[in-house]
Amino acid sequence: MAELLWNTVRLVAGTVVVCAVLGVGAAWLVERTAIPGRRVWHVLLVAPLAVPAFVNSYAWISLLPGLDTYGGALLVVSLSYFPFVYLPAVAAFRGLDPALEETARGLGLSNWAVFRRVQLPQLRVAVLGGSLLIALHVLAEFGALAMLRYPTFTTAIYDQYRATFNGPGATALAGVLVLLCLVLLVAELRLRGRRGYARAGAGAARPVRPVRLGALTGPALLALSGLVGLALAVPLGSLGTWLVRGASTAFDVADLVTTTGSTLGLAAAAAAITTAMALPTGWLAVRRRGPVATLLERSTYLGSAVPGIVIALALVTVSIRATPWLYQTVPVLLAAYAILFLPRAIVTVRAAVEQSPRLYDDVAASLGASAPDRLRRVTLPLLAPGIGAGAALVFLAVVTELTATLLLAPTGTTTLASAFWSASSALEYGAAAPYAVVMVLLSAPATVLLSRDVQRGLTT
Amino acid sequence: MSALTVLDVTRSYGRTPVLTGIDLHVPAGTTTALLGPSGCGKTTLLRIIAGFDDPDTGTVELGGRVVAGDGRGVPAHRRGIGFVPQEGGLFPHLSVAANVAFGLPRRQRRDRGRVAELLALVGLDAALADRSPHQLSGGQQQRVALARALAPAPSLVLLDEPFSSLDASLREETRRAVVEALAATGATAVLVTHDQAEALSTAAQVAVLRGGRLVQLADPRTLYRSPRDLDVATFVGEAVVLAAEVRAGRAHTEVGVLELERGTADGPVRVLLRPEQLRLTDPAPELPVARVRTVDFFGHDARVGLELASGRAVSARLEGRDLPEVGDAVGIAVRGGALPFPAEGAVPAPDGAPEDLDVTWTPAAH
Repeated sequence: MAELLWNTVRLVAGTVVVCAVLGVGAAWLVERTAIPGRRVWHVLLVAPLAVPAFVNSYAWISLLPGLDTYGGALLVVSLSYFPFVYLPAVAAFRGLDPALEETARGLGLSNWAVFRRVQLPQLRVAVLGGSLLIALHVLAEFGALAMLRYPTFTTAIYDQYRATFNGPGATALAGVLVLLCLVLLVAELRLRGRRGYARAGAGAARPVRPVRLGALTGPALLALSGLVGLALAVPLGSLGTWLVRGASTAFDVADLVTTTGSTLGLAAAAAAITTAMALPTGWLAVRRRGPVATLLERSTYLGSAVPGIVIALALVTVSIRATPWLYQTVPVLLAAYAILFLPRAIVTVRAAVEQSPRLYDDVAASLGASAPDRLRRVTLPLLAPGIGAGAALVFLAVVTELTATLLLAPTGTTTLASAFWSASSALEYGAAAPYAVVMVLLSAPATVLLSRDVQRGLTT
Repeated sequence: MSALTVLDVTRSYGRTPVLTGIDLHVPAGTTTALLGPSGCGKTTLLRIIAGFDDPDTGTVELGGRVVAGDGRGVPAHRRGIGFVPQEGGLFPHLSVAANVAFGLPRRQRRDRGRVAELLALVGLDAALADRSPHQLSGGQQQRVALARALAPAPSLVLLDEPFSSLDASLREETRRAVVEALAATGATAVLVTHDQAEALSTAAQVAVLRGGRLVQLADPRTLYRSPRDLDVATFVGEAVVLAAEVRAGRAHTEVGVLELERGTADGPVRVLLRPEQLRLTDPAPELPVARVRTVDFFGHDARVGLELASGRAVSARLEGRDLPEVGDAVGIAVRGGALPFPAEGAVPAPDGAPEDLDVTWTPAAH
């Protein structure tokens, strides 16, 4: 237990520090310097999000089997998660008032002093928010760490569950894990309360004059290339290699097609259900502000803080005890997806509701439209993009969901993630590759969306 | 087009009264401006008339039909009241044509001719019909919003600060287009504004709201010339307020002996003059003398800040030619009469007299 705790804590702390340095550094280079190809770098730095952490981990360990150490875990997890700091840092840089920097320069501060004394304090909230998100993700990470054979609470819970099936050991470990997550969640909520300081109202109206790097351009380019190479080129290259090798050996196209089909079906169902649940909650949170609506909205955030394995375990226990006829059925799996991904859908739906103020409703009423008419002609069309984005986010999250799927999927139902998992666990790297490639391809559009819509930031 | 009658309307949010006993009558086919500083309740009154909010007590009648109050509330979409919100409020997901046609019966919505007619009414080119709202300038958006509100031929049109988001040059042009469109359709209209010039130039009558009460309802000229109290006087325009002593029906002031616009008992009073009533001449022994402290030159005219012998500062509004220099000594002549108000600290007369005279008035520093 003590060793698990030490393993978990030092991995969380190490990842957070490494990601903060990588994320802020990269964001500064892309947003505030005259480095060539800034747009391309931006997309490349968000792109690692399209590679699920467990796929990234598989890509590395299949190349370098010696990575099953603390250093290996730190490397792989950091490369998977640094965009969680990078994105909010970019958003914060864009939101900073350039006048502040100009004033500081006018007062005689150097580039470094401007960064340290003016920009960094304003980035604090964004970076802390991203770091907390990473901490929660690392606590919940199962696939990547199991693949690297680095034991943490989450992997231990899974092992316990496999060994004793719903035994008290797994429950006790899950209790500690939830406690850790709640500590982080409380910290996150307190932070949210003080937000607004890094957010500039109207944003930067005029473009900032980028810092010239001069002789440092070469090293800066080298650093970014190194980061992108490790985070993107290595996993994709490794996947490609295994794909070629796998294609020459056993590889069942029919299997891949059925698995993709059932994954898409599950993801579509989960997206529909989750978005339908998010709509009233997001609506109430904006239009009927009050303690009940706030409580309702906040309570769904628990889903993003409690690791998937704990939710899956809880659903296993509940379904076995209360509704044995539901155990290992699709509805329970969908329920797990809904709990896990409701916050993503709510955040986007909420933002959409905020962007369609009551005013439009009032105007439509004054033009003689009845309430159902207003819903059909004004409200739904205005919310459609937000609802669509929310559904897409849930859809893509389900496509790459591993932990809950492993525990809850009905016997005989495989998804891309679980098929990939069983193949790679059996060290059949070649057979696993096609599933990973399909997952990456399906995730890519969401990544492009995220890189464009930076102001809204990450929504997990 | 119908007349609007608001009777004794009261509205509070929690314990804060927002509107208290508002009575207002807008004759059919005319425009009334609701003028007041922000927070005076004018937008709340507008929302109650539109049906977006309900009065606690009191009634709203439209064309003789009670639409709010008396335990009855006609929902907004059945009132037939057009609404033009502050920044146009055009539906962002619809084209200009679809916005304008929104309130038309389904069959007429595709009638391009009708849309073009409505756009022409507000002085817009029919070529704009296929644009998105975000491709329009602020003034164009306001005009489209008015065309949209006028499309279903409403019995009343409400405009909520429709020009406040526009810059000065666009504002005048848009205001004129709106006035013309309203006149062309013969619409009854209520315009909310905090800009006195806009209220005076646009409306047939102006209702001044203050602290949730209707202080004065009058046509623009009466309001400017005979404001009910000094607070209204300074709100609807620049003012020169002087202490005076009334003897035999004339006010004796620092700037000479003035005729009074209305009779008042002998004794101390304060009198109201408008800056354009002051005329400056070369100093002469029989004239009161002042010294020029500031000259704000606007081109078409100028505001000259004067310091009277007592040290009191007042403004004069002069044509842009033959202006004095700062530091000059000038003589003052007054054109027209002065309007008397009770002296500072005087107990207001019980009947219909001003209420807010304890408000200290800062000399013409603006």
